[in-house]
Amino acid sequence: MEKQTYSRRFFLTTTSLLATFAFIPESVKSFYSNVKKLVIRPKENLRILVTINKKKYTVNADTRTTLLDLVREQLELTGTKKGCDHGQCGACTVHVDGQRVLSCLTLAAMVQDKNVTTIEGLADGDKLHPMQQAFIECDGFQCGYCTPGQIMSAVACVNEGHTGSVEEIKEFMSGNLCRCGAYNGIVASIQKVAR
Amino acid sequence: MRPFTFNKPSSVNQALSGKKETVQYIAGGTNLLDLMKKHISVPDTLLDVTTLLSDKVQPAPGGIRIGAMVRNSAAASHPDIRSGFPLLAKAILAGASPQIRNMASMGGNLLQRTRCPYFYDITLPCNKRKPGSGCAAKDGENRMSAVIGYSENCVAVHPSDLCIALAALDASVIVTGKDQKTIAIPFKDFHRLPGSTPEKDNNLPENAIITSIDIPANAFHKNYAYVKVRDRDSYAFALVSVAAALQLEGSMIREARLASGGVAHKPWRWYEAEQFLKGKEATPATFSQAADIVTKEIKPLPNNGFKLPMLKGAVEVALQNCLTA
Repeated sequence: MEKQTYSRRFFLTTTSLLATFAFIPESVKSFYSNVKKLVIRPKENLRILVTINKKKYTVNADTRTTLLDLVREQLELTGTKKGCDHGQCGACTVHVDGQRVLSCLTLAAMVQDKNVTTIEGLADGDKLHPMQQAFIECDGFQCGYCTPGQIMSAVACVNEGHTGSVEEIKEFMSGNLCRCGAYNGIVASIQKVAR
Repeated sequence: MRPFTFNKPSSVNQALSGKKETVQYIAGGTNLLDLMKKHISVPDTLLDVTTLLSDKVQPAPGGIRIGAMVRNSAAASHPDIRSGFPLLAKAILAGASPQIRNMASMGGNLLQRTRCPYFYDITLPCNKRKPGSGCAAKDGENRMSAVIGYSENCVAVHPSDLCIALAALDASVIVTGKDQKTIAIPFKDFHRLPGSTPEKDNNLPENAIITSIDIPANAFHKNYAYVKVRDRDSYAFALVSVAAALQLEGSMIREARLASGGVAHKPWRWYEAEQFLKGKEATPATFSQAADIVTKEIKPLPNNGFKLPMLKGAVEVALQNCLTA
C-alpha cells in the first residue's frame, strides 16, 4: 500500500479554509443583525394615559399592545379574558366610555384619555353588581371563562334597552360565545336584572 | 403584529400627506388589527383618524350625510336614519355583533377585506393577498364564494351587510384628496370586480380618504326588507343576503330596488329585476318572476350550487316582507 502524504498545497488550503470558517460566526452574526435592523423594525414604545375602573394609569407600552394585553399583562387586571384574540368570541368585552367593545381589537394607544371599565370595576367593594349576582342565582355559567365578557356585555345589553324579548336578548348577546352552553342561564340573568 | 409607529395626525391634510403604501389609517380597527395579527397587513405606520373625521349624521342637500367616523351602532340608532333610511339601519344590525358595531366606523366598513378563508391563510396561495400566487378557493373550499362577477383570479365576496343597503339606496362615497379636492363616487362604482387585479377591492383613489357617505332622499322608508341567510342565526357572514325596497302606489310597484351580498366581489345590484318589477302588481307571482330573473344570471362554483335556490328564496321573501315592513 502506498504511503499517504499531504502536500504543501493541501495544508495551505485546509488551514486557510478552517481559519475562514472560524471567523464566520462573528461576521454572520453582525451581518444578520444589520439585516435585521434593516428588515425588521425595532419595537416602539408609547406613553399612554388611561383611566381604568376610575383609577388613572400612565403606562409605557409597545405600540402593538392591545387594550386586552395592557390590562392583563401590564396592569394585572386578569378578570378580562383572552379567548380567540380575533374578535370572534367576546371573552375580552370591556366598556370604553360606557360602550361595550372588544379589547382584543382595540389598540391601547387608542384609549388614551378614555374611561375603561373592566369586570373588576363592576362590584362596589364587596357588594356585587346586580348582574354578577344574577349570574350566580340563575346559573349563568359553568366553567366561567367567558363569564367576565358575558357579564360586561349583559350590563351593556340592559343599559341599551335590548331586553324586550328572549329573541332580542339572544340577538344582542350573540357576540359572546359560551362553549359550556350556559346560554339559558345567561338569558335568565339578563331578564332578572332588566325587570 | 409587526412593530409599527403610531401617530395621530392633527388634520385631514396632515393625514393625507403622511400616507404611503406602508402607512395605514386606523379607525375602528376591527378588521385591520385582525389582519395585522395574522401578518396579512404589515404597515410600518398607523395613522389614527378617529378624531379627524366627522362622527355626525347630518341632513345634507337632497338627503343625508353620514360622517365616515360614525360608528355602525350610532348610525343604526340615529333617528334620521331610522325614519328616513330604515333599510340601512336594518342591514347594519344584521352585521357583526353589538361590540363590533360599537367600534366599527361607517367609512371603514366600506374598506373591509374579504373573509375568504384562503385570504386569511398565509400558507396558501391567494391573488388578493399575494398577486400572482393563484386562487386556491376556485378549486378548493368555495361554498362561501361568489356566484356572479368572479374571475379566474378571484372568487372572493365582499362581506359587508350595510354596503348592500347603501348600494340599493344609490349612496355616494365622499372622498377627499390631498389637494383638499372632494369628489363623490357613486356607490355602484366604488367597489370593483376582481378581473385580473383582485388585490384592489375598490376605486378609492391613491392618497384619498373617505370623509362621508351621502344618501339621497327617497320614498323607500315604508316598504323595505333585508333578508340575510347564514350558517347560524346571528353573528355570521352572509351566505346570501338581499336588500329590497319598493315604492308602491296602491298595489302597483312604482319603483323597486334589489341588491345582494354574499354573491359577488362587490355589493350586487339586480337592475334587470328592478326594471321588471316597475309597473307590476306587487303579488307573489310577480316576486317569483323577479327572483327567476335574478337567478338566471347566477353561475355557481363546484361547492356553492345551493346558493341558487337560496338566493331565489331570499329574493322572494325579501320582496314579500317589503309589503309587511
